[in-house]
Amino acid sequence: MTVGHLVTLAGVLFTLGMLGVLSRRNILIILLSVELMLNAAALAFVAFASYRGNLDGQVMVFFAIAVAAAEVAVGLALVIALFRIRVTVDADQVNLLKQ
Amino acid sequence: MTTLFFWIFAVVVAGSALLAITRRNGVAAALWAASSFVGIAGVFVLLGAYFLAVVEVLVYAGAIMVLFLFVIMLLNLREADLKVVQGPRMHVGGAILGALFLAGLVWTCRRSGLFDVPLDAKGPVGETGAVAAPLFRDYVLPFEIVSFLLLAAMVGAVLLTKRRLS
Repeated sequence: MTVGHLVTLAGVLFTLGMLGVLSRRNILIILLSVELMLNAAALAFVAFASYRGNLDGQVMVFFAIAVAAAEVAVGLALVIALFRIRVTVDADQVNLLKQ
Repeated sequence: MTTLFFWIFAVVVAGSALLAITRRNGVAAALWAASSFVGIAGVFVLLGAYFLAVVEVLVYAGAIMVLFLFVIMLLNLREADLKVVQGPRMHVGGAILGALFLAGLVWTCRRSGLFDVPLDAKGPVGETGAVAAPLFRDYVLPFEIVSFLLLAAMVGAVLLTKRRLS
């Protein structure tokens, strides 16, 4: 196990999250994929914190997790508010600003 | 031994993430994502980040995934609504983009010699006390700001989901 392996794993996870965002239309799955990408960044942070030998990276991941929790709460509230007016979770149906 | 466990966790993380983004059913996707987060917590333990591993399981695999499952079940989506994926253009474009990104990442890591430094447990041990020291000494202001952010997010989430704003 080297830093390279961990960064590669983080890259694979980030790529999978990106593929999820690009290939799905369900807003809930898109949010889930964004969470995967955030976790990939967290993994890279911890890997480099271990490599550099200090704990600042781990503190940063702690903040990232707190912000992610806030983001998920607001994002899911938006999905519910959207579902109230459009009765859909299809991202392509959300085009009210375009009309 | 660490290497063996790393590969086990790596397969769990990547495999679960792949299954999470390909499942039609939202509940199955959320559960696979939770499995992926538990795998990441395992990698954190291998790196000595014990506090973050616990936070990952509690907050991500616990709270956030429960929130997701709540919303998925609350919306009670029909199966037809869930069978929507983007066209093949997005799949191919995404795959090419992802492959390029990964190739660049691995090439950069190889060039800068990141594959040569073995990471056995020589790094700092991220126990609760050890993480709390910089958190409450050097990062007090961001910590307080995050508490306000969480409060704002909580109020915002309640406000957004209200039926009528009056």
